[in-house]
Amino acid sequence: MDVFIPEGLEEALEIKSRRPDCVPIAGGTDLMVELNFGRRHPGAMMDISRIADLRGVRADDDAIFVGAGVTYTTLIERFASVAAVAGASRTVGSPQIRNRATIGGNLATASPAGDALPVLACLDAEVILGRKGGTRNLPWHAFLTGPKANALDPDELILGVSWRPTSGPSAFSKVGTRNAMVIAVASLCLVLDEARRSVRIAAGSVAPTVIRLPAAEEATRDLLDAADAWDDPDAVLDETKLAEIRGLVQAGVSPIDDHRATAAYRRHTCGVLVERALRWALEERSAGSGA
Amino acid sequence: MQLRLRVNEEVMEADVWEGSSLLHVLREDLHLPGSKNACEQGECGSCSVWLDDELVCSCLVLGAQAQDRAVRTVESLASRTELHPVQEAFVRTGAVQCGFCTPGAVVATVELLLKDPSPSDDAIKEALSGNLCRCTGYAKIIDAVRLAAADLSQARLDG
Repeated sequence: MDVFIPEGLEEALEIKSRRPDCVPIAGGTDLMVELNFGRRHPGAMMDISRIADLRGVRADDDAIFVGAGVTYTTLIERFASVAAVAGASRTVGSPQIRNRATIGGNLATASPAGDALPVLACLDAEVILGRKGGTRNLPWHAFLTGPKANALDPDELILGVSWRPTSGPSAFSKVGTRNAMVIAVASLCLVLDEARRSVRIAAGSVAPTVIRLPAAEEATRDLLDAADAWDDPDAVLDETKLAEIRGLVQAGVSPIDDHRATAAYRRHTCGVLVERALRWALEERSAGSGA
Repeated sequence: MQLRLRVNEEVMEADVWEGSSLLHVLREDLHLPGSKNACEQGECGSCSVWLDDELVCSCLVLGAQAQDRAVRTVESLASRTELHPVQEAFVRTGAVQCGFCTPGAVVATVELLLKDPSPSDDAIKEALSGNLCRCTGYAKIIDAVRLAAADLSQARLDG
């Protein structure tokens, strides 16, 4: 096997153009398992963990950019005030895993259970892909094409993700058999966009890819409108309408039975998660943070 | 490939297979068997080391990724004559049974106490959430972390 250790992004993209079979490795938390168990035998690999261009977080008024090589430990530190980002990152693995695992790796693996993915879906994130001589941006849903499948071309690298900041609270909620080291049985992200008075909801581990749930989003917005909850932090939410939202989420997902849970359990869980995430987001509002 | 890295403050070189994990390199090529090989998938934490001062599972680092980098292993903690206070605390509380998870748990504890010298029980549990122990039921490991925290802060006061 050939191993490349590029110091910069240009060098890495050059290698990728010459050797499209070259498998990039950053945190290695998915890839090394495949290697250790002899399930994958790449002809070439390159260490992209030391490329500074992939490790940056930049924010201005219009957009936030997170490099593909940014770890969950860094996301927890840099997005402490964005509950959905920090919360989802904190549910990933263990301290050892969070120190290595990257947001780019989550996109590359493209598991329906990837913890960062419902958050990126809620933020309407774009995935930035680079090849020698150019970049292209894809909306998250165009990038994630199926279970463990994505739109990355063999000569491309994932450079990062970007999204437009929103003003308002958010929450991430996940169910698994432990609080640590667990692949989501079901997960859900909710973002309240106070400026546009809109609601975004995405779920993971309950469909072939992460999905948004537009019917539940509209119903939640209507619920908040009717209760005047956008302006009144103490507004009481209508229990009947909340039950309808749980039902819309449960109707919008298409889970399967597998060794981690049954489809029926996952469907039930999604209803619990949406109500939990909504309550957490509303409780957070007084803190006045924004995504 | 020829791999050169700094391990426990000493520059080491070895001719390793390109697909080797850092754990394999440490144990088999550099003859440092303190980091244990158990799950090879990042689940158990028994291979925990520091890579450039960050706590990582060495089974999930490609050996080549450690080229020209600094690794610190459990072997760095004790001197020739004295255990590290965290190791001492594990012995005194009986936090060691079969001992297989101990190097990883000790390393994770040292890392925790570097960042948070007086951790709450919740902080201890979160810091050790990536280290599996199938013998102790964790209670004595948590006792060991509390004792080590107390010993180290006393040592700082005496310092």
